Amino acid sequence: MADTVIIGAGPAGIGAAEVLCASGLRPILIDEGARAGGQGYRRPAAGLALDMGRLMGAQAGKYAALHRRFEALQRRIDYRSRTLVWAIEGRQLHLLHDGRAGTLAFDKLLIASGAMDRVAPLPGWTLPGVFTLGGAQLALKDQGCLIGSRVAFLGSSPLLALAAGQYREMGADIAVIADTTPFPAKVAALPGLLRVPRTLVRGLGYMGASLLAGTPMLHGVTPVAVQGGSRVEALLLRDARGRERRFACDAVALGYGLKPETQLADLAGAAFSYDPDFRLFLPEIDGMGRAGPDLYLAGDGVRIGGADAAEASGALAAHALLADLGQPQDSEAVRRLTGQVERLRAFQRGLARAFAWPKAQIAALPDTVMLCRCENVTVGEVRAAMNKALGPLEVNRVKAMTRCGMGRCQGRVCGPALQEIVASRVGGDGAAAGRLRGQAPVKPVALAAAGTAA
Amino acid sequence: MSGRTTDVAIIGGGLVGAWTAFFLSKRGLRVTLLEKSVVGAQSSGVNFGNLRLQGRFSGQYPLSLRAQALWEDFATLIGEDCEFEQSGHLYLAYDAEEQVKLEAYAQLSESYGLAIERFGPADLKRRWPWLGERAIAATFSARDATANPRLATPAVARAAARHGAVIRENTQVSAVDRQGCGFALRLAGGESLSCGALVNSAGAWALEIAERFGETAPLFPAGPPQFVTEPFPYLIRPSVQAIDGSVIFRQIPRGNVILAGYPRTAADPVSNRAPVPPGKTLAAMRALARVVPMLAHCHVIRVWSGIEAYLPDMIPVIGPSETAAGLFHAFGFCGHGFQIGPGVGLCLSEMIADGSTQTPLEPFSIARFRSAAVVSDKFRKEFD
Repeated sequence: MADTVIIGAGPAGIGAAEVLCASGLRPILIDEGARAGGQGYRRPAAGLALDMGRLMGAQAGKYAALHRRFEALQRRIDYRSRTLVWAIEGRQLHLLHDGRAGTLAFDKLLIASGAMDRVAPLPGWTLPGVFTLGGAQLALKDQGCLIGSRVAFLGSSPLLALAAGQYREMGADIAVIADTTPFPAKVAALPGLLRVPRTLVRGLGYMGASLLAGTPMLHGVTPVAVQGGSRVEALLLRDARGRERRFACDAVALGYGLKPETQLADLAGAAFSYDPDFRLFLPEIDGMGRAGPDLYLAGDGVRIGGADAAEASGALAAHALLADLGQPQDSEAVRRLTGQVERLRAFQRGLARAFAWPKAQIAALPDTVMLCRCENVTVGEVRAAMNKALGPLEVNRVKAMTRCGMGRCQGRVCGPALQEIVASRVGGDGAAAGRLRGQAPVKPVALAAAGTAA
Repeated sequence: MSGRTTDVAIIGGGLVGAWTAFFLSKRGLRVTLLEKSVVGAQSSGVNFGNLRLQGRFSGQYPLSLRAQALWEDFATLIGEDCEFEQSGHLYLAYDAEEQVKLEAYAQLSESYGLAIERFGPADLKRRWPWLGERAIAATFSARDATANPRLATPAVARAAARHGAVIRENTQVSAVDRQGCGFALRLAGGESLSCGALVNSAGAWALEIAERFGETAPLFPAGPPQFVTEPFPYLIRPSVQAIDGSVIFRQIPRGNVILAGYPRTAADPVSNRAPVPPGKTLAAMRALARVVPMLAHCHVIRVWSGIEAYLPDMIPVIGPSETAAGLFHAFGFCGHGFQIGPGVGLCLSEMIADGSTQTPLEPFSIARFRSAAVVSDKFRKEFD
């Protein structure tokens, strides 16, 4: 039997493992986390008593079900937690576990690497107390901590109201929920969103709860700055009517939607193309998740679709893998999963249109704003480099000249904003700026991990 | 044939092509530099950035010393900073045999006027306390330096442009032909360009041009596996090299350690890719932790390589063509072209503008490949 490896133990990886197990395979499931569940369904650190039912709200049932299913699955698979895949070379994964490097050969590889927040910088965004929205939620789910006692939520995402609701539930004051997308733009996107009415209703429910709790909710804002001396003291905005508004707070959560973590797909040889709705380069896949010979991609790591789409796309990619192994196809399951994945991903595409990535605001950022916090590169330094004779007009070249995206996070944080700064200089859509190429290691690796020479 | 005319056309916008364009245009010649992608993109832009004088091939010292003077004067000549740091170069020997080799290098360097300091184990730890225990001897050359390769070539090309050179990026040359006592070039897109003299500085892609005029060299592409760590306080001033070739590293003032490892790795000039095998990264990580044990918990954040052109005797081809008057070659720098780049450009400009150069370049003639190639020890050591 072929060695099948799944990377990522969120809903997509678990969904895939279930299908493979049902067909008699024993896949290896590699998880960077300490416990299965991924980010969305993350479980609290062992020994921490946290009322996850209360925290997950409407998602509590799904949360509990996924973890029950994983427990049932665990003895039928080879589950390797706290294991990072830091490089891929041919048919071999390079792993990091317990501070030691190792390798794992595979015949078929299914990557379900999940997503991370997409960050739009603003003046003051590197002050202590500024978090991504996902980071703010993880602090709750993993550690039972709040990022502050009076928190401002800024960005362009339906999850702003959701996370604010979780924070309110856990005892925080909410300073403001401020969305950069104007309200009419969201209403215009409604027809597309009506395809998944239950999720839409849930989203409206979060907004309604915020209104009932008296939290100011602003649409169409222009972020001005996060203010503070040594840490966050206030969020300064211009509202839709152009008035400057200051909200005192001790923490800010920035949520501009998610971006797939595509570095491993890149190292595994997937081709990429530009998606104008998400304004990101995404790996190319067929309808079931095939991205190349023996390579399958699923979940938010390849297309943002949310937890349900991730789970279904994991199962679907597993069906593709089984078909490629010559197993008979369960065409009814494939049809059902395909429909589900398409519908849910189309909904997220609608959301991406409704809650637009604020490309114009990013292109207009002042020169003094920090763009790459790993390497301390400002927006102005990138612009100055591009404006020189023979200056770089492509993101990899900009990175070579300015070090923007060259640091510890390898452009995972500044990449999307860099893309817009370069795109606004070269013209055309975001594709003209090029795509930051991935290089190993996907995450930093200590020298000691290599061991000592014989 | 209609089209533009120039005194000198240069094919290949690497460091050598850019410096050649700089010196020729400064002397008033009309120069067009043709680069298939962007200037300084390949070995000129991705190399380790060493401006090492210790331990070079003996026939190269006159050229190397001329080049170093130009690097030392870079900011004045070029008008931009390329992160030039004259922080010296430390060569380490780990056994008696290596120590003998080290001493021979030191004497050679001294015969060309370099100041070399010698160290035994006790002095070594006193001067560089971060060094591990294994080195038994070392030599230090204070004039050796480093620079940022990503910045250097574009800066030189901009300076050449200010002197009037025409820099054409994203311009592939599709054909080169003899035309009278000069050359006719056809560029992708159908444009033509006539020139009196032609410089072939096309790196890993140079052989096509040489072979067009009946000359060849056993050139092949490869790349050094390199990595960079996260930054930490600036402690390691010199560029450090183990004489066994296992490791070369340097810390830049902003704190990152940059490392080049061996053996060199395969590169593909057609797909334009030089992937770094993770196994070589791990081997280089072990080698670095051996030399500087305090770095054991420092993290590697990125690996890279690039496409360099190598020759089996590990010395480049520099000088006039043997078959076509007016054609000058400069390629196959075998991973040590960055330091001599400005000198090569200066010598080529002298050969083209004056008919000769004061710097001896005989060892680098392409004519040496008319008979069987000599394989260097370095070659055997640096490849797998």
